[in-house]
Amino acid sequence: MSSETTIKKPADNRVAPPSFLRRYGSQMGIIGVGLVMWLGFVAAAPTVFTNANIYLAFAQTTPQFGIIAIALTFVVITGEIDLSFPSIMALGTAAFCLVVQAGGGWPVGLVAAFATGAVCGWINGALVSYLNIPSLVITIGTSFLFRGLELVLMNGTGVPLTAEDYPAMHAIFRSTLFGIPIQTIWMVVILIGAWFLLNRTRFGAHVFLVGDNPTSARLMGIDAVSVKTRSFILVGLMATFSGLMTSIYGYYFWPTTGEGFLLNTIASVFLGGTSVFGGTGSVVGTFVASYIIGAINAGIVSAGINAFYTQLAFGLVIVVSVVLQTLIDRKIRRQSMTGR
Amino acid sequence: MSETTPTPAGTPVIELRNVSKTFGEVRSLSGIDFAVYPGEIVGLLGDNGAGKSTLVKTVMGFHRPDPGGEIWFNGKLIDDWSVARARDLGIETVYQERALCEKQPIWRNMFMGREPRTKWGLLDVKKMRSESARLMSEHMGFTSAAVHPDNVVSTMSGGEKQGVAITRALYFDANLVILDEPTMGLSLTETGKTLDFVRNIKAVGKSAIFIDHNIFHVYPVVDRLYVLDRGKVAGVYDKTQISMEDLIDRLYRVARTGSLT
Ligand SMILES: Nc1ncnc2c1ncn2[C@@H]1O[C@H](COP(=O)(O)OP(=O)(O)O)[C@@H](O)[C@H]1O
Ligand SMILES: [Mg+2]
Repeated sequence: MSSETTIKKPADNRVAPPSFLRRYGSQMGIIGVGLVMWLGFVAAAPTVFTNANIYLAFAQTTPQFGIIAIALTFVVITGEIDLSFPSIMALGTAAFCLVVQAGGGWPVGLVAAFATGAVCGWINGALVSYLNIPSLVITIGTSFLFRGLELVLMNGTGVPLTAEDYPAMHAIFRSTLFGIPIQTIWMVVILIGAWFLLNRTRFGAHVFLVGDNPTSARLMGIDAVSVKTRSFILVGLMATFSGLMTSIYGYYFWPTTGEGFLLNTIASVFLGGTSVFGGTGSVVGTFVASYIIGAINAGIVSAGINAFYTQLAFGLVIVVSVVLQTLIDRKIRRQSMTGR
Repeated sequence: MSETTPTPAGTPVIELRNVSKTFGEVRSLSGIDFAVYPGEIVGLLGDNGAGKSTLVKTVMGFHRPDPGGEIWFNGKLIDDWSVARARDLGIETVYQERALCEKQPIWRNMFMGREPRTKWGLLDVKKMRSESARLMSEHMGFTSAAVHPDNVVSTMSGGEKQGVAITRALYFDANLVILDEPTMGLSLTETGKTLDFVRNIKAVGKSAIFIDHNIFHVYPVVDRLYVLDRGKVAGVYDKTQISMEDLIDRLYRVARTGSLT
């Protein structure tokens, strides 16, 4: 390790615990960025951004990708990525529709949907962790596989999901509770669950360790294969949840469900401060970042700017946040820019 | 080996019988018979690439021996050996590569793979932090700097990192501690502390495997010695059998000719 010579420094730097800024700096940064952006929108289009309706729409649609982003955070912390979740959204929801069409009833449909999502996640995880295939490549492959399977099963046609036919599903995924859209309530509940999973369970501890240094983790007896596989299964489950929520929101299951979700979901994870290099990340960061991404989207659309700009904006968010992370990471580890 | 070596009495804590390990074309271990008895310190000597670390990782269950090799623990043949199992049975290792996760705080490294849980089954983060702080002040003291349990390992010096790895092996009260070149890159005082640590293992009646290139470190603390050469056991010596000078002489001969005699 050549780094050992560069990290020598006076010992008194380390007598104190790491500063608040060091520990929560990136999270504060995200919240700061979010606030500044929001103020910018308010200044640019005051009539739009002081209208409560826009926040309502925003609280209904942001969780559609935010919930997946929270699960994807686990996979990214383990040092992997999953690009197949838009297809899992569709395949999981297709399983629901097919079971209901076959007379299974909505509860059985839900079980089938989540089982499908879990199996998709397991396939991704097993291919990545057992066979050591780069996740970036294999999940592009499974993305087409899952999408293709869904299109074949649905024969390319959609399914209406009206409130009359599916009252329970609408109550679960599209109602309002205490005046708050239930989608956002779900997202908060999932955030709390995910926070405990990541920060207060052995599985969560192992997610960080495996992502930081898989060999070290394995030398200390951690089952890296199982940790990665379970993270991918989590994404499969949450993608299914989101697929159902998104379809119910639109009263219709489109065979193209999930298209347009890739960019904003991944942008939320990286903007939220989760490292592309694995080993560090935060579900709270992802949560906040999802709403910022949702606000950018709503802002661009409501301000009447051409929607092409959303792609530009999300692309920019991904590139800038990943570059900033890299720079901050190097600075914290006191490494030279070119070393390593 | 024609030399007869007195075998210590009792059942070995860990024993390898006819263990080979092949990585593709590379045969790192071939037909190894190796045993550690209760309460003894076993030294492992051999050139770079002799297979010492591979042997250690096989003992730990990280590498699975080629078919035909057997791992015995306390007199029982074990066929589902794994690192988690080995650690559960009281074997801890300070690996040559340290096996730390450098972006993580010390407390996560200290309890890596054996995280304590509360009665609710949740991670006991409070205990992980406070125990790490206690261990660091009681045992680590490797350098003058006080180190906070929340400090990230990558900000520490080489000696401090090794301190974390050694303290971690110490914490779980292992019956067998394995140290793979623990003094590499350490200062004189840090090396002294590490050797004291090895002696202490014996004092409390536990066993250890100690690997170090420096015979002046190894010879004084061990009871028995294995010399490894190109994946084979080239010799086993009881310390009472061989003087340090004689041993050095033989090691030179192994390095030159591949034979001890
Ligand atoms: N995971 C591995 N894959 C391939 N070859 C390995 C692996 N681990 C060790 N080796 C090889 O095994 C031999 C012994 O290595 P090692 O056990 O590290 O020796 P030592 O610790 O005695 O220096 C070396 O030739 C090394 O290259
Ligand atoms: Mg070695």
